[in-house]
Amino acid sequence: MNYWPLLGVAVVIAGFVRRDNPVLVVVAAGVVSGLAAGFSVPELLGLLGTSFVSNRALLLYALTLPAIGVLERAGLREHAARWIGSLRGLTLARLLASYLLLRQVLSMLGLTNVAGQAQTVRPLLAPMSEATVELRGPPLGDADRQRVRAMAAATDNIGLFFGEDVFLALGAVLLIQGFYASHGIVLAPLAIALWALPTAIAAFVIHALRVLLFERALTRRRAAADTAESAHAED
Amino acid sequence: MLRIEYAYWLLAAFLAAAAWINLRERRLAAAAFWAVLALLFGGGTWVLAADAAGHVLPARAAGVGVLLLAVLAPRMRRVQVEEVSPEMRLSNAMRLGHRLFLPALLIPGVTLLVAVLGGYLVADGHRLFAADQMTLTGLALASLLAVLAALRLTRAPAPAALREGRRLLDTLGWAALLPLVLAALGGVFTQSGVGQDIAHGVGLLIPVDSRFACVLAYGLGMVVFTVIMGNAFAAFPVLTAGIGLPLLIELHDASPAVVGALGMLCGYCGTLLTPMAANFNIVPVALLELDSPYAVIRAQWPTALLLLVFNLVLMNALAFR
Repeated sequence: MNYWPLLGVAVVIAGFVRRDNPVLVVVAAGVVSGLAAGFSVPELLGLLGTSFVSNRALLLYALTLPAIGVLERAGLREHAARWIGSLRGLTLARLLASYLLLRQVLSMLGLTNVAGQAQTVRPLLAPMSEATVELRGPPLGDADRQRVRAMAAATDNIGLFFGEDVFLALGAVLLIQGFYASHGIVLAPLAIALWALPTAIAAFVIHALRVLLFERALTRRRAAADTAESAHAED
Repeated sequence: MLRIEYAYWLLAAFLAAAAWINLRERRLAAAAFWAVLALLFGGGTWVLAADAAGHVLPARAAGVGVLLLAVLAPRMRRVQVEEVSPEMRLSNAMRLGHRLFLPALLIPGVTLLVAVLGGYLVADGHRLFAADQMTLTGLALASLLAVLAALRLTRAPAPAALREGRRLLDTLGWAALLPLVLAALGGVFTQSGVGQDIAHGVGLLIPVDSRFACVLAYGLGMVVFTVIMGNAFAAFPVLTAGIGLPLLIELHDASPAVVGALGMLCGYCGTLLTPMAANFNIVPVALLELDSPYAVIRAQWPTALLLLVFNLVLMNALAFR
């Protein structure tokens, strides 16, 4: 067995540790692995080219950018934040848990591209999340603002992953079924999707609880900072 | 008939416009980067068709393009492209109110409609939407309609769409490309046999008589391999052929459906942990203008680890009944 292609994995790890530009690291890793596996340079170029071009769909989300840019220019983020600010009962935990549930259900129906980091998180969910926190206190500091945004992005990912796997007609379930079929084991898609359901429920419970704890810790930290500040002002 | 190729061509045109704007502002690295990418998107269908027909040169030229992108990426500096002032945005927001949501919601709305109903739209015996990648074709159509609606609503001049789109594209910078090069790396890794190497190595290391050790090796192997490849789908065939099938299903008589479903889910936990899953973990860092490249991973690792434990326990409990 030829173990030299593993050098590509080493290149990836070394590149990320050294904080080199990830695009450069990844392409370099591909070149190293390919050469170590015995591909000639022209063959390797062809392989890189076809693999890259076959995955063009991964950049299609960029088509949403002009529309979102024009709306941002007209104050979409500001409006989303102001509107959420007017809904008194909405907390960060309730907002993110509702979004998580919606994202999971949509993904279970196969509607994975309906929402996403570019489509919904940047223009809507992130400013709304910030607004629910600022509704109950002073404006967010830079570090906390970044944490809230990152949590919104994480919620979108978790909702997508742990809903998608239950969907029958695309992606994970078909891949699993196809793999087994090629190894002589015949399974119905439903039989596979069913076993993903408990994890989908666990994902909702675990992440919703984490968002709740995150919000509590954030509120406590901000309250402490607030009293420290006012105590300082009285000095 | 609307095919996914039109979406790629539309994107190529947008990328070319971004290259042109950068060129005029003398940001040459960014201009070259988007221009090469525009060529790859514009010519992609032709490259694949030529490759399938046995002509190797276009694919090799595309490979050279990928190398060029890798060389250009470190030279792109993230610059703050000027935006409309916050006061102006706020006064616009007050004026337009909830109507601002309409074009934004057109994107998911139209995508949804095409995904659900697209298969039934027939004109003259031809489907309006080609079955291949129909949802993504819908996303492209939705983006186009949304930008028209947004321009009409905000009375912005049409070139604003390209300027604002380019502003966001340059905010993303090379991070936009990372998912694609990672997928290409996955292709090279698969062809080079990296997966089999790893599965083979794991098989040598664990006590195969222990059921639980096999569950652990398979589940954790899925995580580690997904962390390296950035994609659970790439890890699944390799690890299942290397560990899941011979050790769990054949040796220990585990249920294939349970092993497959929960093994894949272990991989998904790995996706939440790795910068290699760039479209989920790195692209949002750029989109949300976060300082740390690991900010999103930091927000999701506790959920990922708890779910991983849940998956492993569940697999061990359900697979051997």
